[in-house]
Amino acid sequence: MKNRRNRTGIINGTASLISIILGLLFGLLLLFIFNPSFAITGFDNLMTTGIASSEKLAKVFYQSAPLLMTGLAVAFAFKTGLFNIGATGQYTLGAFFALVGVVQFRLPWWMGLALAMIGGALLGSIPGICKALFNVNEVITSIMFNWIALFAVNLSINNMPLMLANAWGAINKDRTAALTSGKFMAYNPNATIPKAGLDQLFGSNYINLGVVIAILIAVVIWVVMNRTTFGYELKACGYNRHASNYAGIDAKRNIILSMTISGALAGIGGGLYYLSGTAQYTLVKSLLGMGFNGIPVALLASSNPIGTIFSALFISYIQVGGDALQPEYSREIIDIIIATIIYLSAFALLMRGWIGKLFIRNQTENINAEDDQPSENEAKLVKKEETLK
Amino acid sequence: MSEYVIEMLNITKKFPGIIANDDITLQLKKGEIHALLGENGAGKSTLMSVLFGLYQPESGEIKKDGEVVKINDPNDANRLHIGMVHQHFKLVEIFTVLDNIILGVEQTKNGFLQKKEARRKVMELSTKYGLQVDPDAMIEEISVGMQQRVEILKMLYRDNDILIFDEPTAVLTPQEIDELMQIMRNFANEGKSILFITHKLNEIMAVADRVTVLRKGKGIGTLNVADTNVDQLAEMMVGRKVNFNIDKAPCKAGAPALTVRNLVVGDKRHLKKKVNDVSFRVHRGEIVGIAGIDGNGQSELVYALTGLMKPESGSIFIGDKEVSRNTIRERNDMGLSHIPEDRHKYGLVLDYTLAENLILKNYYRPQFQNHGFLRFDEMYRYSEDLIHRYDIRSGQGSATVTRSMSGGNQQKAIVARELSLQPEVLIAVQPTRGLDVGAIEYIHKQIVAARDDQKAVLLVSLELDEVMSLSDRILVMYEGEIVAEVDGKSATAHELGLYMSGANRQTHMEVEA
Repeated sequence: MKNRRNRTGIINGTASLISIILGLLFGLLLLFIFNPSFAITGFDNLMTTGIASSEKLAKVFYQSAPLLMTGLAVAFAFKTGLFNIGATGQYTLGAFFALVGVVQFRLPWWMGLALAMIGGALLGSIPGICKALFNVNEVITSIMFNWIALFAVNLSINNMPLMLANAWGAINKDRTAALTSGKFMAYNPNATIPKAGLDQLFGSNYINLGVVIAILIAVVIWVVMNRTTFGYELKACGYNRHASNYAGIDAKRNIILSMTISGALAGIGGGLYYLSGTAQYTLVKSLLGMGFNGIPVALLASSNPIGTIFSALFISYIQVGGDALQPEYSREIIDIIIATIIYLSAFALLMRGWIGKLFIRNQTENINAEDDQPSENEAKLVKKEETLK
Repeated sequence: MSEYVIEMLNITKKFPGIIANDDITLQLKKGEIHALLGENGAGKSTLMSVLFGLYQPESGEIKKDGEVVKINDPNDANRLHIGMVHQHFKLVEIFTVLDNIILGVEQTKNGFLQKKEARRKVMELSTKYGLQVDPDAMIEEISVGMQQRVEILKMLYRDNDILIFDEPTAVLTPQEIDELMQIMRNFANEGKSILFITHKLNEIMAVADRVTVLRKGKGIGTLNVADTNVDQLAEMMVGRKVNFNIDKAPCKAGAPALTVRNLVVGDKRHLKKKVNDVSFRVHRGEIVGIAGIDGNGQSELVYALTGLMKPESGSIFIGDKEVSRNTIRERNDMGLSHIPEDRHKYGLVLDYTLAENLILKNYYRPQFQNHGFLRFDEMYRYSEDLIHRYDIRSGQGSATVTRSMSGGNQQKAIVARELSLQPEVLIAVQPTRGLDVGAIEYIHKQIVAARDDQKAVLLVSLELDEVMSLSDRILVMYEGEIVAEVDGKSATAHELGLYMSGANRQTHMEVEA
């Protein structure tokens, strides 16, 4: 039992590591191509900035919290066999619900987070319902709802004067109120997530309890997935919908629940980021990257909730490192490197197969001849391989 | 000129962890029907794939007419006039018969298909060998028997004279099997050589000249069919004496446990009903078998009974409760167990462990959960118990991922799970499909034991032998209707075959419902 867990764990971990290393090497190559004289220092910056100072480390943690949530959202849906590509929309709506809570209704931050969860859940449930009842592909609906969420939120904020920064003494009105400005603090002092002394420890304003909350949620999700009958049902549906149906599991209900929970997780991510006090929602016409970055976070972690913690920290880490590449390199180069790693993390699935096969090859000698017949699927795999040759 | 048209000498083919063919020699004479006998996993398919160029052997050589040849892919095999009818036909469903036959060897003129000549040749072959086909019919519209004839014509059209038949009788009625045997004999008389892969002994006795037996990747021997008998072949195939007769106590039928009345199941695409006004009863302590050719509504009947499909009308009773509107889980809880026909699609979550699969039907019961948390200790205790009782073999016991288990053991796991639910009614569909003789014997025993334990068993199988040897009563389904009810002891394959093909039906049905 433990053996198997460990083995798949090692296989997944190795595959993710390989894709990270290859991605970074490609990044180094890019740095050499664009500006050879700074390549080595640049790469050094990329790799070490995140731990160079406690301030930078604080930023790594700060950014990882929302990433972890969107990553969890994607991972959770994946486990049920669904692809929630709408995390960015759910994240945006979550952010909006949270901000409305603390600005319009003067609610404390934790109520804001609860609202964020509800907002994300509402938006996530729609593709789930469409999929369960009408068999509409969840990818298509959730992509469309990304845009619907974005523009609905922008439109609403534009029409809610209190929400905008200029209502609180700032000049610009293309973003929401700064929750830490003096005027706002007097209005609602409990709007931001508490720092619990972390700011003093790290010497940085960026850090707050957000990352702790996110990690706790990841652990809860792991428990739900691996220890409860609900998780058992969800995974069964994800692995084999026909068999779950046959066993009397209500697959439709589970699809809706899974998408709703996934949306709720992404929504919390939006709440965590915009209730930090250091971020303001800006009215732009493009989807927020934080939602999409949840996909590589989930892929890199092979959809394991605990793995998501580490992959979110890693992506956040190289993003912070990437910021240090400027001005010698343009900001975009770090996006390219991350994209490469993301791309390779898709290959991680493939590599998992190869590494897995190495394991199998080494282990077969131990299995006695009686049980030695390859399963049909393995045989198919071999067959496929042979035909490829 | 060599005596043999094809010789496969000392072929060895290894896969990771298994030697699929271990030093196997197979020699095919011109004009003979040579049977290749072995259980599932004995290496028959691998050997044929080597001959057909799909696999390259690690060692050994292939000779055609005494000369060493190298077969790298199916095209090479084709050039050597080797043709094969695969167990699962390789036909394009939405093409016509003629298009399928010429596919890959089309004649063209300035880029346009020239079908006239092809049509002439196909019709000629068709008449010559008595392989009746309609060249303009779509594959999806013709019967399985005719599809097989198309496959055979494909080989003939390519002038193949070494014909491989991979388990060709699995999809045919007894009458169609007789026809096929006659066709094979005609080919042999013409000087074509036939390799006939099968695990059915009586077919070998009926048609083959020689037989080569494989077991666990090794060649056990080649015999003249005239000098051997079924018992000897079975022993060679399995490695021990086999008892074909199932010992059954006389049937002690009790109260009706499953009653079906006027059940109708529709089909979304066609107007034709998949199950049309079907009524029957299964009593406690009896096995009722449903015989029929694949696709005559058996699957849909089972789906409707188990709740996977909604019936259009009619009623289903478990005991005396109407359940046709109940969910799958409610029916399970009322005592309905179901061994599904497709164990990979329905029976198992292949990526779950054996233990997780064994509780698939009852994980939600208090035994296995505590406020929504799974009780892993209970799950493992239960699983170990079933593994022990039903002799389920796997690499790592309860923790084995079921995908990595052999088909026989996967099926045992399903049987164990379904029987351990203590059902009132057991619906077993194709319970032994693709299993070896040992596993078949075992599962048959379990089914009979369930019946002796006063459970009602509905057995649906395409294997006529299985239906005949297990059932106390046999119902025959044809085009969605039950056309006959026959006593299990007195039924003959010939009689059932006539009902199965629609050539005969009972006018007065004694099926009371």
